[in-house]
Amino acid sequence: MKGNGTDGGQTLAEKILSRAGGLDRVVPGQIVEGQVDLAMMHEQGAQTVAPFHEMGAPRVWDPDRVVIAIDHWVPASTEGAAVLHRILRQFAKEQGLTHFYDVGNHGICHQILAEHGWVVPGDLAVGTDSHTNMLGAMGAVAAGIGPTEMAAVLSLGRLWLKVPPTLHVRIRGSFGKGVYAKDLILRILGEVKTTGATYKAVEFSGPTIEALTMSERFTLCNMTTEMGAKCGMVAPDATTYTFLEKIAKHPMHPVSPDKDAHYERVIDIDVDGLDPMVACPYSPDNVRPLADLLSKHVKVDQVFLGSCTNARIDDLREGARIMKGHKVAPGVRFIVSPASTSIYKQALEEGLIETFTEAGGVFTNSSCSACFGGNMGILAPGEVCASSSNRNFPGRMGAKDAEIYLLSPAATVAAAIRGELADPREFL
Amino acid sequence: MREVIEGRVWTLPDDVDTDQIISGKYLTVIDPNELKKHVFEIALPEFAANAQSGDIIVAGVNMGCGSSREHAPQALKAIGVGAVIADSFARIYFRNSINVGIPTVEAPGVRQIFEKGDTARIEMRGGRIQNLRTGASVQFPPLPAHLLELLEAGGLVEKVKREIQAGATVSPR
Repeated sequence: MKGNGTDGGQTLAEKILSRAGGLDRVVPGQIVEGQVDLAMMHEQGAQTVAPFHEMGAPRVWDPDRVVIAIDHWVPASTEGAAVLHRILRQFAKEQGLTHFYDVGNHGICHQILAEHGWVVPGDLAVGTDSHTNMLGAMGAVAAGIGPTEMAAVLSLGRLWLKVPPTLHVRIRGSFGKGVYAKDLILRILGEVKTTGATYKAVEFSGPTIEALTMSERFTLCNMTTEMGAKCGMVAPDATTYTFLEKIAKHPMHPVSPDKDAHYERVIDIDVDGLDPMVACPYSPDNVRPLADLLSKHVKVDQVFLGSCTNARIDDLREGARIMKGHKVAPGVRFIVSPASTSIYKQALEEGLIETFTEAGGVFTNSSCSACFGGNMGILAPGEVCASSSNRNFPGRMGAKDAEIYLLSPAATVAAAIRGELADPREFL
Repeated sequence: MREVIEGRVWTLPDDVDTDQIISGKYLTVIDPNELKKHVFEIALPEFAANAQSGDIIVAGVNMGCGSSREHAPQALKAIGVGAVIADSFARIYFRNSINVGIPTVEAPGVRQIFEKGDTARIEMRGGRIQNLRTGASVQFPPLPAHLLELLEAGGLVEKVKREIQAGATVSPR
């Protein structure tokens, strides 16, 4: 089906899916059979094993393109989790899947893909977790899929995808003190809402994006999931190539959007003057300036600095910078969970663990931790949590009526110190 | 997949996310017959104990948003739910639901023509959903051919199984 569609430029997602589909060009709405460059599984991959065997493929299509990274319950905290881990270990052994990040070498699956260079510019990557979108920061199409679909990918190395229309988000301006990429993505979510990018690709560009670190780009692309997006992405540039220079596992095939690409919608945002933002219960798009809540004195029972969205070394450094010289407020449980074991080690080396624990916080081993309400840091009915994570739907971190406020890492630490939502700029 | 699906309706509001369908504490459970005891525990607590094979879920916008967990459609499959219809779906949920073989239909405006306990009639290829109690109906664009084919096969496992038996091979890199 070469030459399908109209003339004119293509977006980043269209170019990547053209390559994945072996086509000259694609148009939104077109169905392509995309060849997968990287397939990632976490514990949910345990549900991939039975359908994979049932489908009847003799072997996994390409063991060098499959990564397993357990992260939700590490080390296993229940017998059920232990069984999931064992299923994955046995499957890896049986199929010769050597890229297995097991206990001791573990981290949140998306962070593992990022810091080991598993996704490179131009890739089509899929993972059994909805926040796989994060890897779009590499200039790739990275999307979440379910375990049965993953079984089909492991069997044949491809999956069908409907080419998404693209929402173009152009950012200019500079972040003020105490304002971060997290505040920007919350600001965007407040406008686009949780359904505003359903089935769409989100492409970030503009001078502000060009100046962002990879870590900050990961934060932005990560939460395009909360906008309903199929993928969120940033075109590769010098920052991307420098990040991947020594770690890329596969050859890159970078593409950039055409200047005359057709976008379904364009949003322009100037971050000059942007204030710290907060997503209030019970939706990540229930976003307001944090300042609006300060007079309400929103008391917190727990503070969580963690998750794939915001638990990289720069997040922990900024948190520790604010925490230094302060104590966690009486009655507040402050949980810090690094996004990977290597970040854990770096935090240890830099004295960040000491800063957090001396202040009265608990620094846990790397995992998804309190983010998903199934392992640790679970909230009791009526409790309130300030969190650097990505979702605050009812029951997300435990009790149905527990309240979660989503914030930047700096703002979560400010809340830990005050015992209520607080402006991080007061500590900088 | 039947061409015409009829069943008793359960209604759900907008934005029912996967935590409200199967909450995080059950994620280590992979037996669908166990999972079905907990489905919609947060969103619709009376559902699990009272749902019957053939029942139809009618949801609002953004059904199944949130995580990529397939536990939710697997639990509904174990119950034998006849179809899931919604004003709109989150993308991973939609794929998962089709992949496990549940007729899954996006029909904007469908939620407002149903109340709990009504009987729905869905014409899969005809693109029409009718409330048999009130007579109200909505049209929807029928699923594309490749998804109807997937449902005809009974889900993705069966479809890929047939493809492999027919000689499907890995795409050359």
